[in-house]
Amino acid sequence: MTDESSTPPEDVPVADDQQKAETDADAKAPEKAAEAKPKLSDEEKAAKIAAAKAKAAAKKAAEAEAEPKPPWEEKPMPPERIDAADDPEVTALAEGVEGAVLAAGRFAGDLTVRVPAAKIVDVCRFLKEERGYSFLVDLTAVDWPDREEGRFDVVYWMHRFDDQARFRLVAVVAEDQVIESVAGVWKVADWMEREVYDLYGITFANHPNLERILTWEGFNGHPLRKDFPVEGIDTGAAIYPDVYPEGGGPPPPPEKKPANGGKA
Amino acid sequence: MSGPETPLFDIEEMEINFGPQHPATHGVLRVLVKLDGEKIVEAKPIIGYLHRGTEKLFETMDFPLCIPHTDRMDYVAAATNNQGFCVTMEKLLGITIPPRAAYIRMILAELQRLASHLVWFATHAIDIGAITPFFYNFRDRDEILDLFEEYCGARLTLNTMKIGGVPYKLPDGWVDRCRALADAFPAKIDEYETLLTDNRIWKKRTIGIGVVSPEEAIEWGLTGPPLRGSGIKWDIRKVFPYDRYDEIDFEVPIGVNCDTYDRYLVRVEEMRQSVRIIQQCLDKLPEGPIMARAPKVLRAKEGMVYGSVEAPKGELGYFIVTTEKATKPYKCRVRPPSFINLQALPAMVEGHLVADMVAVIGTLDIVLGEIDR
Repeated sequence: MTDESSTPPEDVPVADDQQKAETDADAKAPEKAAEAKPKLSDEEKAAKIAAAKAKAAAKKAAEAEAEPKPPWEEKPMPPERIDAADDPEVTALAEGVEGAVLAAGRFAGDLTVRVPAAKIVDVCRFLKEERGYSFLVDLTAVDWPDREEGRFDVVYWMHRFDDQARFRLVAVVAEDQVIESVAGVWKVADWMEREVYDLYGITFANHPNLERILTWEGFNGHPLRKDFPVEGIDTGAAIYPDVYPEGGGPPPPPEKKPANGGKA
Repeated sequence: MSGPETPLFDIEEMEINFGPQHPATHGVLRVLVKLDGEKIVEAKPIIGYLHRGTEKLFETMDFPLCIPHTDRMDYVAAATNNQGFCVTMEKLLGITIPPRAAYIRMILAELQRLASHLVWFATHAIDIGAITPFFYNFRDRDEILDLFEEYCGARLTLNTMKIGGVPYKLPDGWVDRCRALADAFPAKIDEYETLLTDNRIWKKRTIGIGVVSPEEAIEWGLTGPPLRGSGIKWDIRKVFPYDRYDEIDFEVPIGVNCDTYDRYLVRVEEMRQSVRIIQQCLDKLPEGPIMARAPKVLRAKEGMVYGSVEAPKGELGYFIVTTEKATKPYKCRVRPPSFINLQALPAMVEGHLVADMVAVIGTLDIVLGEIDR
C-alpha cells in the first residue's frame, strides 16, 4: 500500500576521497569568481563555466586515481534478464520434447523455461530420465488474476546432482484448466501439489490423493489467491454448520433486558 | 489335521490418532495410523494445525518487514530463517554484503545450528526414553541463547539480519565469550555422546529403524541430515556457497547405513563441524562495515528468484516473485525442509512398531511452525 507514497531510493553517499576532490575544486572556484566580479557579466559567466569544468575534471581525475570501491560500497547492481534460448539445456529440451520450449531466460543465475501445460509430464519425465534432473526441489504457483493467457503460473524447480545445475519450468494454467500431476515422476511432488491445490485451487489430474493439506476439508476458498482477503474469512459455518448458523461465527448473545425495565 | 478357522486373537486392523496433542509429535502433528497389533500398516500425517498464512502476509509487507515473520517459521532456528530471506533478497537486488557482516552472519547461523541440534538431541532422546541428555542439552543451549540475547536482545525470535548485512555491532567482549563457548563445546558433545552413542538401548531403538535408501531419499526430496544420513554428500554451504562459506574449511559428514542411528551420528558430527566453523570465523573475523550501502527503500526489478541456505533441518529455500519497482514481494514461497522431509514419514515407518514411529519423527527433526507456516 505504500508503493506510491514511499520515497525513491537514495543515492550512494560520496566517498571521502571524492569529497576532498570536490572541496579542492570549490576552493579554486571562489578565487576565480572574486577576480571576475568587477568585470562584465558575460565574463563572469565564462569564469563560472570554467570553474565548473575544472571541478568536473578534478572529480573525474580523482575517480580515476582512486582505487575501485569494494562492491558493498557501490550501488546495488540488480541482475539483468538474459535471453537463454541457445543455452545447451534449453536446446536439449527443445530437441527432446517437440514444442516444449515457449521461451527461455536467465535471471540472477536462475534458468527459467516456459513450457506448455499440456506437455508438463512429458517434459518432466524427459528432464528426469534423459537429463538427470532427479531431484525436484520445489513446486509452487503464482497467481496473476488479470492475465489474459491464463491465471496461474505453476513453477517447478529441479536439481541435478552431477554438476549441481538447477532448472525452472513455468507452465501457465487458466482458472478452468487442469494440469497433469507430476507425482508419478517425483514422489516428492505429492504434497507440494496438494499444497498448491489447497492454497491456489489448481487441480492436478491423476494425482494419487488430491486433498487439502494446510487448511481443512470444507474450507471455503483458496488463501493464496490474490482475491482472497488478507484478513481472512469467517469460517465458523464451514466447520460446524450445525452449531454455527449460515454467515459464520457463534450465534449472537441473547438480548438482555435492562435491569430497570428500560425506564430512566 | 484341521484347526478352527477362527483365529485365537482379534486380528482386525485398528485406526488410532497419534497426536495432535502428543508430546512426541514435536508440536501439533497428527498421524492417523492403521495398526495390526503393534505393527504400523499405514500412517497418514495430517498437518495444518499451525497454519498462519505467513506466505500471504509476506505479500502485504515491505521486504525488510518480512524478516521478523521468517523467525516464526522454524522457531528453534530463527537465524538461519533470517539468513535465507536476506540471501535471497540480496540475490534479487544485487547487493554484496561486507565481509564482516558475512562472518557475523555465519557465526550466528552456526550458533543457531548448534542450538537447533541441541533441541533435536534432547527431544529425540527423550522421545525414545533417555531423559538425561535433555538437562545437559538445555543447560548448554541456554549459553548459546545468552550470546544471542547479548547480541540482539532476543533469545528465540532473533530478527538479527538485515538485507545488506547485520543490524548491530558485536558487543564488547562478545567475541571472547563466543570463543570460550566454542572452545568448550567439543568436550560437551563428548559428554552427550557418552550418554547415547554406545548405549545398548539407544542402539537397539535406532539401528535399522526408518531406513531410506539414497535413491529413495532423492525421490522423496529429503534434504539436510536425512539426506546426508542416507550417504549423499550434499550441503548447500558447499554446493552453492552463500555469505562466505567458501572461505571456511569444514567437512560434510555422511551416513552409511541410512538408518536413524546414522542420522544421529551425522547430526552429532555436524555439531562438531559447526564449532569448527565458529572458531574459524572468529579467527578470520575481518574489520570493516557491517552494512552494505543499500538504499533505504528497497525496490526490486521484475523477476523471479530462488535462494536457499542450509538450515539445521535441510534446504531452506525462498522463491520470491516481484513486479517492476516493487517494494514488497508479489509472492514469497518458502520451501520448508521439515514439510518435505515429513512427507517420507509413511514410507519410513511402514512395517515398524508404533514406538519406532516416535524414533522416526524424532530423527526427521520436524518443526511444525515451519511445516504449517
